Amino acid sequence: MAVEIGGIGHSVKRKEDARFIRGKGKYVDDVKLPGMLYLDIARSPLAHARIKNIDTSKALKIPGVVAVITGKDLVPLNLHWMPTLMSDKQMVLPTDTVLYQAQEVAAVVATERYIAADGVDAIEVDYEPLPVVVDPIKALQPGATLVREDREQKDNHIWHWEVGDKAGTDKAFKDAEVVVKQDLYIPRIHVSSIETCGIVASFDKVEGKLTVWMTTQAPHAIRTVIALVAGHLGLAEHKIRVISPDIGGGFGGKVPVYPGYVLAIGASVLTGAPVKWIEDRAENIQADSFARDYHISAELAAKKDGTMQALRVKTIADHGAFDAAANPSKYPAGLFHIITGSYPFEKSFVEVDGAYTNKPPGGIAYRCSFRVTEAAFTIERLVDVLALELKRDPAELRMQNFIPPTAFPYTSALGWEYDSGDYGRALRLAMDKIGYAELRKEQAAKRAKGELMGIGISSFTEIVGAGPSKNFDILGIKMFDSAEIRVHPTGKVMVRIGVKSQGQGHETTFGQIVAEELGIPVADIAVEEGDTDTAPYGLGTYASRSTPVAGGATAIAARKIREKAKLIAAHLLEANPDDVEWKDYKFQVKGVPAKSKTMQEVAFAAYTNHPQGMEAGLEAVDYYDPPNLTFPFGSYICVVDIDRGTGEVKIRRFVAVDDCGTIINPMIVEGQIHGGLTMGLAPALYEQITYDEQGNIQGGTFMDYLLPTAMETPNWETAKTTTPSPHHPIGAKGVGESATVGAPAAIANAVVDALAHLGVRHIDIPITPWKVQKILKEKGVAE
Amino acid sequence: MIPASFEYAVARDVAHAIELLTSSGGEGKVLAGGQSLIPLMKFRLAQPAFLVDINRISGLAQIRENGDLRIGALVREADLDMNPIVRERYQILVDTTRVIADPLVRNMATVGGNLAHADPANDHPATMLALRASVVARGPTGERLIPIDEFFVDTFTTVLGPNEILTEIRIPKPPARSGGAYLKLERKVGDFAIAGVAVMLALDEKGKVGAVGIGVTNAGPTAIRARKAEEILRGQATDDKTIAAAAAAAAGESKPWSDLRGPAEYKLDVIRVLTQRAIRKAVARATGGK
Amino acid sequence: MAVETAPTTSKGQRTLKIHVTINGAPHDVDVEARTLLVHFLRENLGMTGTHIGCDTTNCGACTVLLNGRAVKSCTVFAVQADQGTVATVEGLEKDGKLHPIQEGFHQEHGLQCGFCTPGMMMTAVALLEKNKQPTELEIREAISGNLCRCTGYVNIVKSIDHAARVMRETAEGKA
Repeated sequence: MAVEIGGIGHSVKRKEDARFIRGKGKYVDDVKLPGMLYLDIARSPLAHARIKNIDTSKALKIPGVVAVITGKDLVPLNLHWMPTLMSDKQMVLPTDTVLYQAQEVAAVVATERYIAADGVDAIEVDYEPLPVVVDPIKALQPGATLVREDREQKDNHIWHWEVGDKAGTDKAFKDAEVVVKQDLYIPRIHVSSIETCGIVASFDKVEGKLTVWMTTQAPHAIRTVIALVAGHLGLAEHKIRVISPDIGGGFGGKVPVYPGYVLAIGASVLTGAPVKWIEDRAENIQADSFARDYHISAELAAKKDGTMQALRVKTIADHGAFDAAANPSKYPAGLFHIITGSYPFEKSFVEVDGAYTNKPPGGIAYRCSFRVTEAAFTIERLVDVLALELKRDPAELRMQNFIPPTAFPYTSALGWEYDSGDYGRALRLAMDKIGYAELRKEQAAKRAKGELMGIGISSFTEIVGAGPSKNFDILGIKMFDSAEIRVHPTGKVMVRIGVKSQGQGHETTFGQIVAEELGIPVADIAVEEGDTDTAPYGLGTYASRSTPVAGGATAIAARKIREKAKLIAAHLLEANPDDVEWKDYKFQVKGVPAKSKTMQEVAFAAYTNHPQGMEAGLEAVDYYDPPNLTFPFGSYICVVDIDRGTGEVKIRRFVAVDDCGTIINPMIVEGQIHGGLTMGLAPALYEQITYDEQGNIQGGTFMDYLLPTAMETPNWETAKTTTPSPHHPIGAKGVGESATVGAPAAIANAVVDALAHLGVRHIDIPITPWKVQKILKEKGVAE
Repeated sequence: MIPASFEYAVARDVAHAIELLTSSGGEGKVLAGGQSLIPLMKFRLAQPAFLVDINRISGLAQIRENGDLRIGALVREADLDMNPIVRERYQILVDTTRVIADPLVRNMATVGGNLAHADPANDHPATMLALRASVVARGPTGERLIPIDEFFVDTFTTVLGPNEILTEIRIPKPPARSGGAYLKLERKVGDFAIAGVAVMLALDEKGKVGAVGIGVTNAGPTAIRARKAEEILRGQATDDKTIAAAAAAAAGESKPWSDLRGPAEYKLDVIRVLTQRAIRKAVARATGGK
Repeated sequence: MAVETAPTTSKGQRTLKIHVTINGAPHDVDVEARTLLVHFLRENLGMTGTHIGCDTTNCGACTVLLNGRAVKSCTVFAVQADQGTVATVEGLEKDGKLHPIQEGFHQEHGLQCGFCTPGMMMTAVALLEKNKQPTELEIREAISGNLCRCTGYVNIVKSIDHAARVMRETAEGKA
C-alpha cells in the first residue's frame, strides 16, 4: 500500500523529468510572444568613472533599433535607482557615475536579438576615469576613495554588526590555557547556474496588467517589490503577475532584482510591446550578485586537554558598490553566527563590518543558507588548527567536544536554539565508511617515503528554514511560507505552494508529503508553483527553506483537510467522529477495519453528499510560521593525494554523512547532496573572482571561472543518519545546501593535513596547484 | 554574445579559397573548425568583414603516410585521435589531441587551425616543433613548404600571407627506437595549458639519444623549441642527471608570464617537471613501453 | 563598428538560403550568415530544447549532433549546416517511445533543473554510438565538455551507463 501511495521515504521518480528529458522544459528564454522586442545592455568598461556623455545616435540609426534608454531617461520616471533587499539602494542606470566594471550604462531595445547587440556595440560613452578602491580593508581606511557619493555618510563603511558576550569572551581568552588564531579569506565566487538570468515583460496597456516571466527564486516577493518600486507608474499589485517558469538552477543568484529586469519592465510599459532580456554568461558572472568575499580573523580559546571554551571572530565583508545582499533584514551578515558550529562554546563574540568597494554588488548565497558556509568553513578550519596546536587527532578532538545528543534542544553561545543532533554518530559513521584508522596508517607509511597524502574532516552544523516571523523578514515581509490544497471530487489533488523549484524536484516531493498525509497516490497529485496569480503568497526557495517552511505548510494544510474529511467519513460510516481513526491511509471505525472509507470516497462525498450544515468542498490553506529554524548537520571526510612536482591536489575519496532529519525522497536527497558537494569542491579548489587594482575583473567567463567538470568531480560516496527535527510537522530539516556548506572545509583540511608535518597550518581557498607547490618548495620537498 | 555581421562564401576548392581571399583585399578570414574564431567573433574581438568557409573543400581532411605522415589541414582533432596510423605510430599526437579543449570542441576543431591560429596556448605547436614538422601553404603564387621552426612569428601571427592557406602538415617518419610524449598541466580539463611539454626522441642501440625535439606550450609569445635542452640530451644516456639538466635547460629557455594560470616562477617549475616526465615517457615508449 | 556596413567584397553574402534536415525533417530557411546554429534552432525554428549557457564554448548546454557528431551549436554558424543533418533533443523520442538515454536520465535521477540535460543527453547519444560499453572514466571524459551545476555528475554517469546497458541488451535481443 505504502509504495503505491509513494509517500514519505520513497524514492519516487521525478514527475518533472517528463518534460525536461524531451526538451520541453519552459524556461524564460523559451517564451516568445507576438511582437516581442529584445533588450540588450551596454556596460561600463571602467570600475569607477564619471560619464561625460553617452552618444546614442549611431545606435538609433540602426534599422530595427526601437529605443535606447539611459539613466537620464529614467529620472522623470523615478526609476534610475531601486531599493535593494538590504535597506540600501542600487542604480538601475547611472545618471553621472559608474561604480564598477560591467555596470549597466544604457539599454537598447530592438526588434531582434542580433540588432539589439549591434545597437549596444554602437553606443559611444565618454568616461572620465576616477580613482578605484577594490580592497575592502583599504576602503575602510581614512581618506580612501569614496565609492558612494550619494550617501550622507562620507566613508565606505556600510554597517557594523555584532552578537555575543564581548566582555565574557575577552575574559575567557585572557584566562585561556591555549589560544589559536587564524586569518582566512573566503573569496568572492559566483553561483553560475547554467541558465543565466532573464525576463520577458509584457504590459497590456488596455488592461493595465503587467505579466512577467522571470528567472526568480521568489516570485511573490518580486511582485511586491515591483508594486512598491513602480506603483507610481500605475502598476498595482493585483495587476502584476510574476511567473517563474522552469528555472535552470538558482543557488541564490536568482533572488535579487537586477537592473536588467527593471529595464525590461520599463521598456514594456513604455513601448506597450513585450520585451525580453536574457543576459549572456559574461554579464552573468561580471555583473550579477557575487557570494562570499569575507575577510575573517578567528580565534579559539581552549584548555590544554582540548576542551573548547570561547570563540572570537572579526570580519570585514566586501559588499561591492551597493549592499544588494538578500539576507533577512535583521541580519546584515546573514546567519554567520552559526559559527560556533557543532561545539558547546561557553562564550563567543562575533563582529562584522560591511564595506563598499568599486566592485559589483551582492553578498548573496552560493547554495548555502545566508553566510553559513563562511561560518562552517571558519570553525571547521579553526578546529583543525587547534588539533595541530595540541598535536591531537582532528577526529578525536571533535568527538571530545561535540554538543552531546542529550543536550538538545541546545542554545548556542550566540543565541541559536539547535533543534536536534547527534554529531558523534555521524562522524563515527563517516570514519567507519572511509576506514579512518587504516588511512592514518597509510598516511604514516607514505610520509616515511616522502609521499604526500591528507585526510580532512568537516563536522558541520547548518542552519536553514528561515524563518520564524519573530526575527525573520525580507523588506518587512515575514518569512512564512504557504500551501493551498484542493481535493477534487474524483479524489485527484491540486497543490499550490509559495516556494519555487529551480531543480529541487518540488512537483514530486511536495506531492509525496500530501500523499502521505491524505493517502492519495502521488501520481494523482499535481503540484503547481511559481505563478503569483495562482499560488498562495510565499517567500520563495533559497536558504534550504522549501521543505522546512513550505513543507510544513503543506503537511498542515493536508492535516486540515484530513480533519474535515474525518467528519465526512464519520457521516458516511454513520459513526461518531470520535470513533473514527485514520489508519493505513484510510478512515476506519475503531476496531472495525472492514468499516472504512478512503480519502477518494470522502472527497466525492465532500461535493455530493456532505453533512448538512457543513461547507461543501475539500480544500485548505496554510501559512506556516515555523517555530524555529532547523539545524541539519553532517560529517564529511576527504582523502587527497598531492603531486610533489606540480602541486596538484587529487581527491581520492570523499565520504559524506548527512543528517537532514526525516527524508521525503531519498533519491532526490542524495542528488541534492551530490550537487552540493560539487559546489563545495568548486570554491575549495577552483573558483574565484579577482580584480586588479583598476577594478578590472580577472577572468569573467567560463574560460577562467572554473566550474568543475565530470573529470574534476570525484565519485561522491554518501551515507546518512536520521535525527528528525522535533518541531517540524514531518521532522524534516532541509538538505539543498548542507553539502556546499560542509565540503570546502573537509577538502581544505585534507590538503593542510597532507602538509601538516611540514608545519603548514592553513592555505586560503581556492587551493590552486601553485599555492601548494610554493609551500612544497619552501619546505624543500618539491620534486 | 552575437557576432557582428559579415559576408560569407563557401570555397569550392583551395584555388577558389585563395581567389576569394585575394578578392577581399585583406578583409577575408578563413573559417575552418571555428572553435577559436567564432568565440572571438561573439565577443566582437574579431570582426572579419568576410569569412571564407573552407570546410567543404574535399581532400583536406585526409591522413596518409607517404614516407612522412601527412595530415590535411581540415583533419578534425577527434579524427586525428581515432586514426589507426596515428594511434599506432604517433602516440605524441594522440597525447596532444586528447588534451585540446573538450571532446565536443575536438569534433569541430582542426589540426590546421590549431597551428594557423598561432596561439602560444594551443597544444599542437609545441608538439609539431618537437616532431620537426613542416606545413604546406598555398597562395596565389603557388605552394611552399615551411619548416615549423619558421612558421610562428608572434602571438596570433604566422608567416602565412593574407591570401595563403595552410593545406597540410607533414611529419617526418619516426626513426627506429623513437618515442614521444606530450604532457600538459591544466587548471581543469578543457582548459588551456598552465604549461605543456612535447618531447620526441630516438635512441641508438646503446640507449643514447639521437634525434631529439622538445617544444613548450605557453612559454612565450609563440610556442618555443627548447634547443638547449635538446642539446643536453643529444648523444647522452637518459640517466636522471642528464634528464634533470635537460629539464632545467628547458625551463631556462622558457619565458612564461604570470596570469590566472599561476605565477611565472611556478610555471617554470612546471615546465621543468613536465619536461622530466615527458622525457621519461618518451624513452619508455622508444623502448617499447607505454 | 559592426553595424557600419563593412566593406562589401561582392564575393560573399550576408543572407543565405540553407537546406538542413533536422530530426529527419527538411527545412529551407533564409538566414543571416552570422546566425549561430543554436539561435537558428531556437529563434528561427522555435526548437527551444537546445539551450544556451555560456559564450565561450565551455558549457555544452547547446550540444546537438551535426552530421552525426556532437558539437556545440553556439560555436557553429547555421550556414555551416547547409545540406547537412542536425539532431536535437526533440528528436530523441520516436513513435512515442523514449530513447534509452532519456529513460536512463529519468531512472537514475540524472537531472535536476534540466537545463544542461538536452546537451548532456546528445553528447551521451554520440558517445554510445561509437562506444557500446564505456567505462566510468570514458563516460566522464566524454561529458567533460558539458557542465552541470546541479547533479555533481555521479547520477549522470549512472544514467549514461544505464542507457548503454539497455542499448546493449536491446541489440543482443535483436541479434
